[in-house]
Amino acid sequence: MERIPILRMGSFLLITIQVDMHDKLAMQLQDDVTARIAEWGATGVLIDISSLEIVDSFIGRMLANIAAMSRVLGADTVVVGMQPAVAITLVELGMSLPGIRTALNVESGMELLYRNSAMESGVGDERSQA
Amino acid sequence: MSRLGETVARHEESIRNDWLDSMSKSVQRVDLISSAELREQSHRLLSAILRGVQVDESAQLSGAAWNEVKEILQEISASRAHQGFTPSETANFVFSLKQPLFNVLRKNISNADELFREVTTVTLLLDRLALLTIEAFMATREELISRQQQELLELSTPVVKLWDGILALPIIGTLDSARTQIVMENLLQTVVATNSKYAIIDITGVPTVDTLVAQHLLKTITAARLMGAECIISGVRPQIAQTIVHLGIDLSQVITKAKLSDAFALALQRSGRSVVQSNGTSNGSMSNVLTSAAKEK
Amino acid sequence: MSVLRHEELPLRSSSDVVLARQKVREWTTSLRFSLVDQTKMVTAASELARNTLDHGQGGQMTLEVINGLSKTGLKLIFEDNGPGIKDIEQALKDGFTTGAGMGLGLGGSKRLVNEFSIESEVGKGTKVTVIRWK
Repeated sequence: MERIPILRMGSFLLITIQVDMHDKLAMQLQDDVTARIAEWGATGVLIDISSLEIVDSFIGRMLANIAAMSRVLGADTVVVGMQPAVAITLVELGMSLPGIRTALNVESGMELLYRNSAMESGVGDERSQA
Repeated sequence: MSRLGETVARHEESIRNDWLDSMSKSVQRVDLISSAELREQSHRLLSAILRGVQVDESAQLSGAAWNEVKEILQEISASRAHQGFTPSETANFVFSLKQPLFNVLRKNISNADELFREVTTVTLLLDRLALLTIEAFMATREELISRQQQELLELSTPVVKLWDGILALPIIGTLDSARTQIVMENLLQTVVATNSKYAIIDITGVPTVDTLVAQHLLKTITAARLMGAECIISGVRPQIAQTIVHLGIDLSQVITKAKLSDAFALALQRSGRSVVQSNGTSNGSMSNVLTSAAKEK
Repeated sequence: MSVLRHEELPLRSSSDVVLARQKVREWTTSLRFSLVDQTKMVTAASELARNTLDHGQGGQMTLEVINGLSKTGLKLIFEDNGPGIKDIEQALKDGFTTGAGMGLGLGGSKRLVNEFSIESEVGKGTKVTVIRWK
């Protein structure tokens, strides 16, 4: 069955969602992410949704689930690249995805993950927290 | 098919000619519409009306047989609205079809009762059609006005880049739901285009902040946050602060500052920047004066 | 109001929901809705199609291009012969929670469209009609 590929970048996972997911694919992704985190000991998950033109409540819940499950497994999740039209629609729908960290793009998302994992491992950060 | 349908079908061309001939100057408006176009409109409308009458003689205009006529009328009304016709002129265009139809009926129906019936039907039909033109005219005007309002809205919510990665959005006037949509779209698109992480929404120019306005602001802030940008609200006047507290609006998740300058300073600080005063040049700049004044103390 | 275009789509599986999204996307694009309006309409369709499938036990979606007085719009109708909704008012109030709840999402969809109407009878089925004007 087709799956969304999960790339490994050091201790982070990078997931780029580019297809219009049907429900089974979304459930598969949730399973795969948790499996990979455990397998590779990942401490960060970056989900790039810059190609997603539609995020409905199902996908929104999937993202929230991935973030929650990853947290339990000790990994941070950052969702990047949400399109303006998608953000406006989600807000109108009533979904604010409070438990999920976001960033503008992959670059800033990575930065966020690095900073967080640095802080968690006790390395000080002089700049004030973003 | 009753007498009406059958009679007018037979005399379509003479009805049309009679109609065009009898149109007064005010209906013709040669300054606004060419006679060729007028003839074409009359032809299309009359054929469609006759087709409608043949299928449905109730003159109720509710059946599918009248859809064609309604569409043509809508089109004619809209184009005439743009050409500068008054709604009365367009309505009279339809009303002036009555006499030619009456003439044909009188010539072909001898029974007085029947003639009266058919004349009544024609009258009701054309009255209703003329009313449709007026409604269509108004709808066109309303659409034009709302389009202009939209353009005005878009012009009145500029997004300004204060610094690399820091945007400012001064809002002047009330923030209703239509305006909020524009604000959100403008802001988010600019966030993407400029890769900005901070957006300062200044509400100095917003007269009142009630629960609805607060909701609109929160929507905007949430949408920006979903994309990875953070919003700071500035320009909160003392009265606004009081209203917010009295209404019990929860802004605990939102950073608010009284002044735009404070908000800017915060955004700079959070993005890892600071403003440093340079030591001054030899042409006696202010900083030199300040520094030496300090020394003298 | 006249109907300019009409098409029906079955909603029997989750891949039908994907097809429904694509279809609505196609139609809103050809009607030249703005990008935000397109996104809202496709998302609303996704929510309602999923409802029809999950709660209505399958049904169909009808698409229609309609003409009002000097405005054009897209009308979507979602119908099923499922169990129906007992308390429509409550269902409309059910928004989304942070993601754990399984609210019907009707309230949310309502905010994404210009006109929204719902008919439902317990034991008979549900019909949701939404319109987005250009």
